[in-house]
Amino acid sequence: MSATATSAAAKTTERIEHEGLLEVRDLCTYFKLSQGWVHAVEDVSFSVSRGESLGLAGESGCGKTTAALSVLKLLPENGRIVSGEILFDGRNLTKRTEYGMSKIRWKEISMIFQGAMNALNPVQETGKQIAEPIMLHEGVSESKALDRARELFELVGINPKRVMEYPHQLSGGMRQRAMIAMALACNPKLIIGDEPTTALDVMVQAQILELIQRLRTELDLSFILISHDLSVMAETCDKGVIMYAGKIVESGSAEHLFRNPQHPYTRQLIKSFPNIHEKREMVSSIQGDPPNLLEPPPGCRFAPRCDERVADCAAVDPARIEVEPGHFVSCHLFKEAT
Amino acid sequence: MAGDEQQTTQATPGGESLTVTGGPVDRRAPTEPGGTYDGGRVSTEDLATADVTDGVLYKVRDLEVYFPIHQSFFKSMVATEKKYVKAVDRVSLDIKQGEILAVVGESGCGKTTIGRTLLRLEEATGGHILYKELPVERFTQRTLREYRKKAQIIFQDPYNSINPKQTIFDIVAEPLEVSGLVSGEHEKEERVVKAISEAGLRPATEYLYRYPHELSGGQRQRVCIAGATVLDPDMIVADEPVASLDVSIRNDILKLMVDQKETLGVTYLFITHDLSLAWVISDRIAVMYLGRIVEIGDTEEVVSNPKHPYTKALISVIPVPDPLAKREHVILQGETPNPVDIPSGCRFHPRCPEAIDACREIEPTDVHIGGDHYAACIRLT
Repeated sequence: MSATATSAAAKTTERIEHEGLLEVRDLCTYFKLSQGWVHAVEDVSFSVSRGESLGLAGESGCGKTTAALSVLKLLPENGRIVSGEILFDGRNLTKRTEYGMSKIRWKEISMIFQGAMNALNPVQETGKQIAEPIMLHEGVSESKALDRARELFELVGINPKRVMEYPHQLSGGMRQRAMIAMALACNPKLIIGDEPTTALDVMVQAQILELIQRLRTELDLSFILISHDLSVMAETCDKGVIMYAGKIVESGSAEHLFRNPQHPYTRQLIKSFPNIHEKREMVSSIQGDPPNLLEPPPGCRFAPRCDERVADCAAVDPARIEVEPGHFVSCHLFKEAT
Repeated sequence: MAGDEQQTTQATPGGESLTVTGGPVDRRAPTEPGGTYDGGRVSTEDLATADVTDGVLYKVRDLEVYFPIHQSFFKSMVATEKKYVKAVDRVSLDIKQGEILAVVGESGCGKTTIGRTLLRLEEATGGHILYKELPVERFTQRTLREYRKKAQIIFQDPYNSINPKQTIFDIVAEPLEVSGLVSGEHEKEERVVKAISEAGLRPATEYLYRYPHELSGGQRQRVCIAGATVLDPDMIVADEPVASLDVSIRNDILKLMVDQKETLGVTYLFITHDLSLAWVISDRIAVMYLGRIVEIGDTEEVVSNPKHPYTKALISVIPVPDPLAKREHVILQGETPNPVDIPSGCRFHPRCPEAIDACREIEPTDVHIGGDHYAACIRLT
C-alpha cells in the first residue's frame, strides 16, 4: 500500500462494523531473516468483547506473543504484518500510521510485559514511570499525574506512599503490581498481559491473578492473557485460543477447551499439566519438536507429532470446523462432522 | 559425643537463647556413626567404609545456616547484637536412600540453601548434616573431594550452567577427569556414552561432539543430568531443574529423574516452588516457610490431607487445568517477611488465616499426624 493511502485511511472517521471490541481477522505476521521469512503467525483470527477475557496459549515459539504485539504494532524491525485485519473499536489498526498507533497505545490498549523485574526502568522512580504516559496522553502536569499514580498504587494494593521509590526497593510481586498500575494509567479498554505471572511465586501469582480479576470487573476491562500455562488460563479466562506453530488449532469457551478438548494437540497439552485434584499419575509429554517456521510443512503443522494422524494430515491444511456452537477445531479428524 | 557438639554449636550465632524444639525423638536424636569413624575429622577412609544402615542417607539435625549482615561501623558499635539472615533455622529431616524428597516453598524460604549446604557449598553455622552417619561439617578437604563424587547438583538454568565452548563430551567427561575416577581414555569414553544415553540422549554418539548451542533447552538439561550421573553419585540435588523449560519438555525431565531413581538408585533432593510438580514425582514432600520446615510427609498424604495452614493455602492456590473446578482459594496477604526479623512465636502467624493469640507467643513443635507425616502448628496439639 502506498503512503498516501495509509494516511488517508488513518484520517477516515468512518466506523467499521466488527465483532466485539477487538477483532483480529486472518492475521499473518512474518519475520524476515537472512534465510527467508519466518511464518510466525498465520491466519490467526480471534475476538474479544467488552469485559471479556481471552487466553492465548501454546508452547514457546507458537506465535502467541507475536500475535499480541501485532495488535499494538510493536513488532521488531524485521517483523511485518503481511495480511489480515486488526479491528479495534470501529477502527482498522492495520491501516494506521505509527503516529495514529501512538494515540491508541496505552490510551486504549495497554500491555503488561513479561518479566516485570526487567520491564521497569531501574534509575527512575516507579511513580514517575507511571506518570509519564498520563502526562503524554492527557497533557496534565507532573504533580497531577503523580496524584493519579498514587491512586493507581492504591488500586493495585501498594501503599501510595511508596510512589517515589525506585523499582529495586519494591519486591517482585509489588513490581508486577506497579506494572499493572502502569497498564491502567490511561484507563484503557483493553489490556494485554504477556505472561504476567510467570516469574512469580505461586502465592504471589494467586494474588496478582485475583487483582487482575477484580480490576476487570470493577473497571469493565477486556483482557488478553498470553500464557504457556494452561492452568492459569483455565482459572482466569472466559474463552481461549490454543496456538501451535503459528496457527490456531482450537478455540472456544474455557469450558469447551478444558472439559471437551477436541484437537489432539489441545488434549495432549492439557494432559501435560498436573491436576492435584485428580488421581496422581506421571504427566505425559508431547514427543518431538515444533516445525521450523521458515519452511512450514504443507499440511497440518502438528501432523509429525500427532499420534492420531490420518492420510490427509501431512498434505492438506485442515479447515476450521465448528464442532459445537462457538467451539472451533482445525483438524482432519473432524472432516465428516460438517 | 555428637550430642555434646550439637549443644555447643547451636548457641554460637547471635548468642541467642536456645529454645529446644521438641517433637518425635527419632527425627532428632543424633545416632552413632558407623565404620572406622572415631569422632574427629572425617578421613577419606571413614568415608569409604561408611554405609547406610537404616535406609537413611542423610540425617539433618537442627541445621542452621545464618548469613551475617554487614552493618556500617557506627551501627555495629551501637547495635547490641549482630544481625543475621536466618536462611535455614533449625531444620531437621531425614533423606532416605533411593527416594525423591521434594522441598517446596516460596522464594527466600531457604530451600536452595539446604540443598547447597548438603553439598557443603554453603557452610552450616549450626547443627549437623550426617551423610551415612558421618558429619559433613567435619570432612577434611580431601574427604570433601571424595564426597562430592557421591553428591552432585543440577542447576535451574541449563543455558548458563554449561560451558558453551565445550563439546558435550568434554562437559560430561570433566567431572571424571577432575575426580580421577577413570584410568584410560577408553574407559572415560565408555562412561560418558553410558551417562549420556541414560540421560535420554540417544544414540549418545550423535551428541558427543556437538556444542550446547546446537541443543534445545531440554537436551541441555539432559546434558547437565548426564554430567551429574557420570560419577555414579548416591545423591543429586536438583535445584528447580525444570523451571526454565517448556511444559512438554519439563515432563520428560521429570520422568527421567524418576527413571534414574528407579534404575540407578539415585536419591534426589528436588527443590521446587511448584507443589504440583513435587506432587507428580516425589515420594515425600517437605514444605518450608521462612527457614523452617512446617510440614513433612508422604506426598499423597500431605497433598490430600494437609494439616499446616501454610500448606493448605499453597495447595488451594495451585491452578488446575479445569475452569469448572470451584475451589476455595486461600490467598495469603502480603509477602514472606524478611528472614532477618523473624516473627515471634510461630513465624507464620502474621499471615496465617487460622492464627490464634497463642501463636504469637509459642513456637510450634512438630506434631505427629500419622505415619511419616509431621506438621508444626500449635493448633494441632
